[in-house]
Amino acid sequence: MNNKLHFSSHRVTRRIVAAGLGTSALAAAAPFNIVRAQGAALKVGVLLPRSGFEAGIGQDCQRGVDITAGILKDAGLPPLQIMNADTESSPDIARSQAEKLIGNGAQLLVGAFDSGQTTAIAQVAEQKGIPLVINIAAAPPITEQGYKFVFRNFPTAGMILRDAFIGQKEVFAAVGAAPKTVVFMHVNDTFGTAMSKGIGAMMPKFDMPYKIAEEIAYDPAARDLSVEISKAKATGAEALLLVSRLNDAILLTRELVKQRWTPMAILSMGPGWYEDQYLKTLGKLSDGPLSFVPWYDPNKPMSKKLEAALAKAHPGVNLNTNHVFTFEALLIAANAYKRAGSADPKALADAIRTTNITDNVSIGPGIQFDAKGQNDKIVGGTIQNRRGQIVTVAPKTAANAKAEWPLAPYDKRG
Amino acid sequence: MPADIYFNVAVGGVLTGLVYGLMALGLSVIFGVVRVVNFAHGEMMTIAMYIAVTLFAAFHLDPLVMLVPIAAVLFAFGYVLQSRLINPFITRPEHSQFLLLVALAIIIVNVLLIAYGPDARSVQASYAYDSFLVGPLIVDATKLYAGVAAILVAAALFAFFRYTRLGTAIRACADNYTGALVVGLDVRHLYALTFGLGAACVGAAGAILVLIVDVTPAIGPVYTLLAFVIVITGGLGSMPGALLGGVLIGLTEAMAGLLFSPSAKSMFAFGILVLVLLFRPQGIMGKRTA
Repeated sequence: MNNKLHFSSHRVTRRIVAAGLGTSALAAAAPFNIVRAQGAALKVGVLLPRSGFEAGIGQDCQRGVDITAGILKDAGLPPLQIMNADTESSPDIARSQAEKLIGNGAQLLVGAFDSGQTTAIAQVAEQKGIPLVINIAAAPPITEQGYKFVFRNFPTAGMILRDAFIGQKEVFAAVGAAPKTVVFMHVNDTFGTAMSKGIGAMMPKFDMPYKIAEEIAYDPAARDLSVEISKAKATGAEALLLVSRLNDAILLTRELVKQRWTPMAILSMGPGWYEDQYLKTLGKLSDGPLSFVPWYDPNKPMSKKLEAALAKAHPGVNLNTNHVFTFEALLIAANAYKRAGSADPKALADAIRTTNITDNVSIGPGIQFDAKGQNDKIVGGTIQNRRGQIVTVAPKTAANAKAEWPLAPYDKRG
Repeated sequence: MPADIYFNVAVGGVLTGLVYGLMALGLSVIFGVVRVVNFAHGEMMTIAMYIAVTLFAAFHLDPLVMLVPIAAVLFAFGYVLQSRLINPFITRPEHSQFLLLVALAIIIVNVLLIAYGPDARSVQASYAYDSFLVGPLIVDATKLYAGVAAILVAAALFAFFRYTRLGTAIRACADNYTGALVVGLDVRHLYALTFGLGAACVGAAGAILVLIVDVTPAIGPVYTLLAFVIVITGGLGSMPGALLGGVLIGLTEAMAGLLFSPSAKSMFAFGILVLVLLFRPQGIMGKRTA
């Protein structure tokens, strides 16, 4: 018996070993078009502003990423391998980070909260042929470019405004009252200015019961908004209509209290007034403002699962737009991966295009995309701050509370 | 528009301007003596604001009560900074000093970001939402306390420089560097002391300002720029000029916001700066140099 091992026909030579190693190295390094069998995790590059001036919101979106894995598993969806990237709140960095993620093997991208950064990422995704599922970005042009690999599960600025006016009328009808005059205060950045123009163009179509007594634009980085509130109060308007950010929302509320003015209502059509930091910083003074924003339907089963997962992972944090739409972007990715049966970018894009998820979180019938890659079925919500929590007051189909009206006087809140 | 609105806004602008003035005073003191432009000024104030926020969160200590200890901490920080880091740069070209202090500013911002995160933090003092009714006027209690504290701190600093031997020695260094060396003054120690005093000023301003403004790591550069506008308007190196510049900028911003557009507030403040640079380059209370 010969104990030696013979490789007469398959002798391993140094040349074969070298060729094998070379092939393995090439396979490992090849960044594009890796088609993996189902069972392997889909590599998803998540681009968010984790530092820079939008870091707070980026990190809040990250909470939505953190709580996703367990829910997807329970729903029988394939796992995702998350590859995090920081856009540093800059479109240029967002672009280079998207390229880097794709170079490192990302098979699908998700991001990026900000319209400017998302626009830059969308260009890269389209150029490289890697699907991008937008979590949050409202600028309409992103889905007007004819892109084949870009999908947005978030309302455009026009949809947000439309739903804000509809929501206001629903609240006015429910409480049987409405302001006759409002002061329109807005930040003077890209978002605030675009919303101001949009309101000017769309308001006449909705036959609103109020007139705008004065429009006051201010710097979102303002250190002091006492003058703005003095000016608004002097108009004698009954309510405030706002497009603001977080810090200025806190400053405005403080000034309302200090200047002893409680308007009939605070109607916000942007972020700020419902965010956790607003609620925690102002306590009882945070109660009452109505916000008209893309939101979640608290009555949907998936919303309850998401709320429970967030409460477990981040106790004391209220579920919000950032978590909801970041989660849904990953839900879309996992759902498409399952149906595509492959991580091939084109197959993934085709699967996303035919998405029809009804077991979702955001308000509306579910997640579907039109020919432009836009989910045009999303419906905006009307929410109100209530003792440190957020309740949904409209639309009726998604409401879990009735609107409290008018705003409780600030000096009688204890 | 009712007349009382104008008075309300003007009073608010003056009170806020006093705190701005106190902050800028530190910059003016440092430049007036050490001849180093502190490009990390706003960031140093941010440190003071975070100390105030931390003390309030942990022990519920009012920033106004903690004003002196916070100023003392910043004094020590400024003293060590000048004696160990900046002194070797005193004789180097100005661009080296500029880069050193900008680097320091960036380090401070990022250390604060790591330590406290990006979210805004505030101090909710018991009087945070109080206001006084004086006839038709509504005076913000926090701003009133802040304004009075700023006047007291500035008065103490003026008294120190005018009536103490140490203050006189520091002024001697500022007036004639070589002369100060000749008469045997320890100029390096006096420079460090001056930088410490400037830092203490900005520390006191931070402790006061945190009652009015929420703090984030990123707000430092805004206040550095504001301090520059104020001291250049008031006169670089002039202490009364810094306080006057602060009040002028605070009042201008407030009235411009009321009479024109709130968005144009900064435009008017910078407009004043341009006018001063054009017609009185040494600043309102600055001395003309040859």
